[in-house]
Amino acid sequence: MSQPAISHGERMPARHNRSPRWSWDSFRKRVFAPGVSHAVMIITVLLTLIPLIYAVLLATQVPEQYYQFPPRILPGSSLLDNSRYAWDIIHMDRLLLNTTIISLVVAIGKIFLSILAGFAFVYFEFPGKGWVFILILLTHMLPVPVRIVPTFELLDQMGWVDTYAGLTIPFLASATGTLLFRQLYQTIPPSLADAARMDGAGPMRFLWSIVMPLSRTNIAALFLVEFIYMWNQYLWPLIIANSDATRVVQIGLKQLVATDAAVDWHYLMAGTVISTLPPLIVLIVLQHSLLEGMSLYEEKS
Amino acid sequence: MQTRFPNRLLPYLLLAPSVLVVVVFFVIPAVQSIQLSLYRVSALGDRRIFVGLQNFTRLFADPDYLNSIVVTGWFSLIVVFAGLAFSLLVAVVANQRLRGFAFYRTLLIWPYAISPSIAGLIWALMLEPSFGMASHLLTSLTGITFNWRTSADHALIFIAIAATWKMLGYNIIFFLAGLRGLPTELLEAAEVDGAGSWRRFWRISFPLLSPTTFFLFIMNTLYAFFEGFGLVHITTSGGPGRATDLLVFKLYRDGFIGLNTGYASAQSVLLLIMVAVLTTLQFRYAGSKVFYQ
Repeated sequence: MSQPAISHGERMPARHNRSPRWSWDSFRKRVFAPGVSHAVMIITVLLTLIPLIYAVLLATQVPEQYYQFPPRILPGSSLLDNSRYAWDIIHMDRLLLNTTIISLVVAIGKIFLSILAGFAFVYFEFPGKGWVFILILLTHMLPVPVRIVPTFELLDQMGWVDTYAGLTIPFLASATGTLLFRQLYQTIPPSLADAARMDGAGPMRFLWSIVMPLSRTNIAALFLVEFIYMWNQYLWPLIIANSDATRVVQIGLKQLVATDAAVDWHYLMAGTVISTLPPLIVLIVLQHSLLEGMSLYEEKS
Repeated sequence: MQTRFPNRLLPYLLLAPSVLVVVVFFVIPAVQSIQLSLYRVSALGDRRIFVGLQNFTRLFADPDYLNSIVVTGWFSLIVVFAGLAFSLLVAVVANQRLRGFAFYRTLLIWPYAISPSIAGLIWALMLEPSFGMASHLLTSLTGITFNWRTSADHALIFIAIAATWKMLGYNIIFFLAGLRGLPTELLEAAEVDGAGSWRRFWRISFPLLSPTTFFLFIMNTLYAFFEGFGLVHITTSGGPGRATDLLVFKLYRDGFIGLNTGYASAQSVLLLIMVAVLTTLQFRYAGSKVFYQ
C-alpha cells in the first residue's frame, strides 16, 4: 500500500534526480519514512505522557526524595500515605461524590434532552422549527463568562446557590448533542419509520424501540464528552458552589496549594492523580466511540 | 427526507426541556448582561444607576483591562499558532499507515480527560524552579533559570505551555484524520508530475486540509479565551503582578471579588461580541456539522 509521500515533505525538498533503479526511493518509502514517522509519534507520545508520569512519581515520593540532586527517577513508597493525607485534609470523598453526581446528571441529562430534540427536528414538521433550531445553536455562542453575572443573580434569587440544581440544570441544553443526534437520525432509512407507522406504532414507541438502539455509539460518545466536560468545570462551580457540601474536586484541590509556604508537591500530586482518574477511566473505556465519531468527521471533511 | 409523524403538539413537548434551559439560563442572562453593562452599582451597593456606555469607555481607559487584552492575545497566539503548527508538523511527518498507529492515538488522547487547571498543576510541577524536571532540563541545556513565580514572561510562557500541551493530542488526531481524508490520486498525480514533497504539501495538502485547520483554529481560539481561567486561578492567580491576568480572570475579579457587576458585564458583552464573530465564521464556513469539542 503506497502512501503519498507528503509525510516526509518537511525534511526533503524537491528531489529532481529520481533514478528508477537506485534503491534510495524505495528505501525512503519502506524504511526511512516509516522510521521517521514512528520516531515522531514516539517523541510526541512521550511529550504527552512524561508530565503525567512525573505527577504520579511525585505522588509516591517524600520531599527528601524529590528535592535531591540529581533527581531521583525511581518511585518512592509513600503513595498510600500521601493519598491518605490528601484525601483526609480536603475531604476528597465528598469532593469526588459531588463531582461524580453532577457529571453523571449533566451527561445523562444532556443525552436525554438532545435525543428528544434531535428526534423532534428530524421526524416532525412544525411552525417555528427553524427558530427553535437557531435558539438551541445559540448555546454555542454563549459560554459561561458572557452571561455569568445575571445567571448568578438569577440562581441566587431562586435559592440555587450551593445546590446540585444550581451546578447542573443550567448546563443541560446541548447544541453539540442535538446536532449529533439530528445528523444521525437523518441517516436512518425512512422505510423504518414508514414500517413503524404502518404497524400502528406511535412516534414515542418508534423512538424507544427503533431509534434508541441505533443511537448507542452516539450516546457513548456524547457521554464521554459531556462527563469529562462537566468533571473539568471550574469557573461556574467556583462561584455557585462554595460550601463543603457542594464543592467539586477541581476547586477543592486548590486547598492543597499552599498560599505562602512552599507547596507540598507530594500531597498535591496525590490529590491531582486521584481526581484525574475518573475522567481518564471514562475516556479509556469509551474512547472507541469518540474515535469512531472522529472518523465520521474524517469521511465528511 | 425522513418520514414525518403527523403530531402537532408532540414536537413542542419534545423540545420544551431544551428550549426552557436555553431561554432561562442562556438567552435571558445574555440579554441581561447587555442591560447590566449600562449600569453601575451605587456607592452603598444598594442601587443600580444608569450610566450609558460609561463602563465601556472606562474599560478602554483601564490599564488593567488593556493589560488583560495583551496577555490574552499573547496567550492565545501561542496556544493557537504554536499548538496548531506543532500538531500539523507531527501529523504530516507521521502520516503513514503505521503499524501501531491506533496505539499511539489512544495514548495521545489522554490529556483530553485532564482539566486545564490540572494541566496547570502538572506543568507547575514540571517547571517548578527549585527541582522541576523541565526547568532542570532547560537550565542545563540553555543556562536560563526558569522561574514562573517571579518572572512575568516566564509565567505567561508557563500557562501557555500547559494549555497547549493539553490540546496537542486532540489537534494531532484531527489533523491526521484530515490528512487521511485527502484524495490520494491528486497527490500521486502531482508526484508523477515531479512536484517535490514541499510543493505538494503547500499547493495540495494544505489547501485541501483547510476545513480541518479552520475548525481547529476556532476550537483552539475559543479554548484559549475561555478555558484558561481554572489554569490561572489555581496556579498564578493572575500574577506575578498582572502577568497572567487573562480577560476571563479579570472579569471574575471585577464581578465576583470587586462585586462591580456593571463593569464585569461590560466585559462579558465584549467577550460575547468576540464569540459571536468566531462562531458565525464557523457556521458560515463549516456548516452545522457535528464536531466533538
